[in-house]
Amino acid sequence: MQGKNKTLKLLIGAVVGMFFFSFALVPLYNVFCEVTGLNGKVFQASESEVSIEGESRPLALQFISSNNENMPWVFNPSEKSMKIETGKYYTTTFYVKNTTNKTMTSQAVPSVAPSNAADYLKKLECFCFEQQVLEPGEEAYLPVRLLVSNDLPDSINSIVMSYTIFDITDYNNEDLAHHNMGME
Amino acid sequence: MSAVIENHHDEHHHGPAKGLTRWLYTTNHKDIGTLYLWFSFAMFLIGGAMAMVIRAELFEPGMQIVEPEFYNQMITLHGLIMIFGGVMPAFVGLANWLVPMMIGAPDMALPRMNNLSFWILPFAFFVLLSSLFMEGGAPNFGWTFYAPLSTTYAPPSVTFFIFSVHIMGASSIMGAINVIVTIMNMRAPGITLMKMPLFVWSWLITAYLLIAVMPVLAGAVTMMLMDIHFGTSFFNAAGGGDPVLFQHIFWFFGHPEVYIMILPAFGIVSHIIETFARKPLFGYTSMVWAMLSIAILSFVVWAHHMFTVGMPLAAELFFMWATMLIAVPTGVKVFNWVTTMFKGSITYETPMLFACAFVVLFTIGGFSGLMLAIVPADFQYHDTYFVVAHFHYVLVPGAIFSIMAAVYYWIPKWTGNMYDERLGQLHFWLSFISVNVTFFPQHFIGLAGMPRRYPDYALQFADWNMVSTVGAFLFGVSQILFLFIVLKTVIGGKKATDQVWEGARGLEWTVASPAPYHTFSTPPKVD
Amino acid sequence: MLQILKRSINKLIITTSAFFVAIFSNNLNADWFALNMTRGSTAVSEEVFELHMLIFWICVVIGVIVFGVMFYSMWRFTKKKNPEPSDFHESTKLEIAWTVVPFLILIFMAIPASQTLIKIYDDEEGDINIHVTGYQWKWQYEYLEDDISFFSNLSTDLDEIYNLVPKGEFYLQEVDEPVVIPAGKRVRFLITANDVIHSWWVPDFAIKQDAIPGFVNTAWTVVDKPGIYRGKCTELCGKNHGFMPVVVKVVEQDEYDSWVNAKKEEAYKLAELTEKDWTAEELSARGEGVYQVNCVACHQVNGQGIPGIFPALAGSDIVMNDKERNIEILMEGVQGAAMNSFDYLSEVELAAVITYTRQAWGNAENGDGEIVLPKDIVDYKKPKI
Repeated sequence: MQGKNKTLKLLIGAVVGMFFFSFALVPLYNVFCEVTGLNGKVFQASESEVSIEGESRPLALQFISSNNENMPWVFNPSEKSMKIETGKYYTTTFYVKNTTNKTMTSQAVPSVAPSNAADYLKKLECFCFEQQVLEPGEEAYLPVRLLVSNDLPDSINSIVMSYTIFDITDYNNEDLAHHNMGME
Repeated sequence: MSAVIENHHDEHHHGPAKGLTRWLYTTNHKDIGTLYLWFSFAMFLIGGAMAMVIRAELFEPGMQIVEPEFYNQMITLHGLIMIFGGVMPAFVGLANWLVPMMIGAPDMALPRMNNLSFWILPFAFFVLLSSLFMEGGAPNFGWTFYAPLSTTYAPPSVTFFIFSVHIMGASSIMGAINVIVTIMNMRAPGITLMKMPLFVWSWLITAYLLIAVMPVLAGAVTMMLMDIHFGTSFFNAAGGGDPVLFQHIFWFFGHPEVYIMILPAFGIVSHIIETFARKPLFGYTSMVWAMLSIAILSFVVWAHHMFTVGMPLAAELFFMWATMLIAVPTGVKVFNWVTTMFKGSITYETPMLFACAFVVLFTIGGFSGLMLAIVPADFQYHDTYFVVAHFHYVLVPGAIFSIMAAVYYWIPKWTGNMYDERLGQLHFWLSFISVNVTFFPQHFIGLAGMPRRYPDYALQFADWNMVSTVGAFLFGVSQILFLFIVLKTVIGGKKATDQVWEGARGLEWTVASPAPYHTFSTPPKVD
Repeated sequence: MLQILKRSINKLIITTSAFFVAIFSNNLNADWFALNMTRGSTAVSEEVFELHMLIFWICVVIGVIVFGVMFYSMWRFTKKKNPEPSDFHESTKLEIAWTVVPFLILIFMAIPASQTLIKIYDDEEGDINIHVTGYQWKWQYEYLEDDISFFSNLSTDLDEIYNLVPKGEFYLQEVDEPVVIPAGKRVRFLITANDVIHSWWVPDFAIKQDAIPGFVNTAWTVVDKPGIYRGKCTELCGKNHGFMPVVVKVVEQDEYDSWVNAKKEEAYKLAELTEKDWTAEELSARGEGVYQVNCVACHQVNGQGIPGIFPALAGSDIVMNDKERNIEILMEGVQGAAMNSFDYLSEVELAAVITYTRQAWGNAENGDGEIVLPKDIVDYKKPKI
């Protein structure tokens, strides 16, 4: 029955391994996305790693903004579209205003279409890399500094950059706050 | 091939205990197989009743019988119960009964774990079904439970759903471990891997698939649980997660799961066709290789369930081509079955009728599967009734017909009695006709543009929905006949011979009918 | 019961014969349409249809051959006709043949499929760009170039759904406000969602794209033929998944231009309305119209409701004296009752209809007579402390 126990141990090992593998899929997926731009996520780039070699070409950028449900802020791109050239730096802004009478925290989630353009879109600065805290009535112009690499495949003529703001205010820690924000 | 007949050994063993405790404490593979089969039949009827609710609501346009909220609970539970409660336990039951007898082993390798893996199942489904009576109702997000509908927007019962999926998963994993350990260590001398009966091969591959993907399902629901209760953000975009990640993980489990539900059917049908064609199976080796390649390919095609989520072109092309490739080994299997019949000497007892229907209707399901793999066309088919028709064709006249065929084929060995052939033929024809009346029109409904999971629909879909509902109720009623036939056979009937079928080969047919409580206590000699 | 059976058998006969008529007659249009995928009205949808038919016929041919051999064997090699079975069970040549041949057929299918897919993925900025957002359970359309934004809700009456009145021609396929696009122009849809995953499908354009919260997907089309094209949500998104259709109205360029101008004017007017000072009379007059459309089915013209089913508004304490609760009911609906939330109405419409009910049927005289201004609704929507 030596063989039986050995097989059993191997199989239990495999089950435990696969369970942890499912969790490993999360970082693997992110690495995979970063390499291939699978889900259109763009990670922060630094000046040094941006290569501007190659020939530049014209390209259209479009900006759209969304509020996830219950997010009452005003949130709009200052420019809805831009004609740019690859290999050059551009800065644009998004207007945001906390229309409520309480301090709120927001997280903007970026997305790019087509998703494989994400790999060539370098963001040196983006409000989406950090959380925003706005006082009641406060407004701001949030900057995005970006560059589209010259290596961008010829099949891509236009890139859509989308930001969705989510309300991530920690209501549990505020005595006065409660979840009912009247927009449900 | 020869085997030592076992009957005179019986006095040395304990026979079955009496009463309820026999079933509660049993470690006998035949008892546990029986328990699995009855349990799966009960689940088949419950899941079927839910299908009747669904089809009744869809009989005509408009909301008549249930509200949309409840309708969504029905489609969710119908899917979960049929997959995890109907098809999978039925195959585990067949494995329990047949694998030890086919390889000349006295029992499963881990009998106590075998008992445990069965008895946690009723508990899992009790938890799942009890969610119907909880506040907010049962899970209503479809059997694929995509986040965030199944996390942020789920009813409170989702926690019980997760618990129940964990138990089902644990049960399947234990069942699979048992099968592998048994097959790898307890084959009678002389049964090399390439001499194993195909059902054993199909289950060996299935068990490896289960070991590989059930823990991934467990991981997926654990992540859901953590998102819901512990503030993590695996699938929540606000916290840096990604709802599409859920779909990737789910289908990484889900696609192999699809083959888990069809590979044992391949094994069953191979045995039945060679028996009733009275001719050895054509291309045994290629059958094994085909199953192996289907199993391996199943790990690289998962995203064909997600062609519309917005993947890059390269990914879409890869998953399209990989998916189309599966048609090759699947085709090989169908060609082999047809060639086995060619120049055979065929009789059409009920198991053979079901097996022939399996080959034809499963192939039709395969064709629609091939169509679904074509990405541009899938943009039109995706999430419509065309998909519903496709997977019901491979699951109902596919997996379920194979299970019914297996029951008719082996029940004389299990009970010692022949089933009533006339009633069996009646059951076949009723099932065959009604399954096509139910599901064939769904191809049309889907192509014409009706999405799945709709409780109500536009008027142009009305005619075929009505036809489909009539077929579904006929199919439902026919299964009551099946229950009756099985009970009648258990109680009595014409005594079966040991070989039962003229063309039957294999160790299980060398023991007495009904099979003694303990078989092959000393390994048989196989040439 | 017998009647139902009889009716369904009739339907079965009718539809089955329609199927065969459709297959064997040359005039395929009407009946064939209900059985097969639509050809659609764009170059892409046409190509997808052709692809679908190509694969379909290949499958039919393979099916005829395989099932032909199978049925022949089943008929020819029964035990009666062939009592002595042959024993052959291997042939490497055959095995190689039926591995290679299907493989070649698959390559033959994969080539046009990949070409069409590449064409679909050839995405660029549109002449018109529309930001489509899926909500539980409606669609929002925002035109990037023109500052137009509106929701598109199912307009089928609940009475039709619950079989109280006959169903209209476009049952469950009609909306209060379709998305309008010009013919012959490249239109790009930027698709996302507000809450759960939805999917935006218009069969006639062969577009189906998932709408995922936090992520954007794109799809494009060029439709040459003006007309109304109907689609649906195709990802399970909760209880009203089946009740959030898509309707796209394709019009000629000049008609599109005037529609854009009208929409802009409407938006401008609405902004003015929200900010101006209203009198009770102005609001009441406007509110009466809103009441006729949204409320009258249950609460009745005379505000009496239907005793025991729908509460009366005339003489209601809330409507006469409790302005805050009155607003809250319209915004949130009433749990466990037929009263839904009407928060999708504009601020002006909400204020007007509430004011109307507080003024009509003697409610003003018997109660506090307070009116509700659009600003009150705006305030209500702000989070409370």
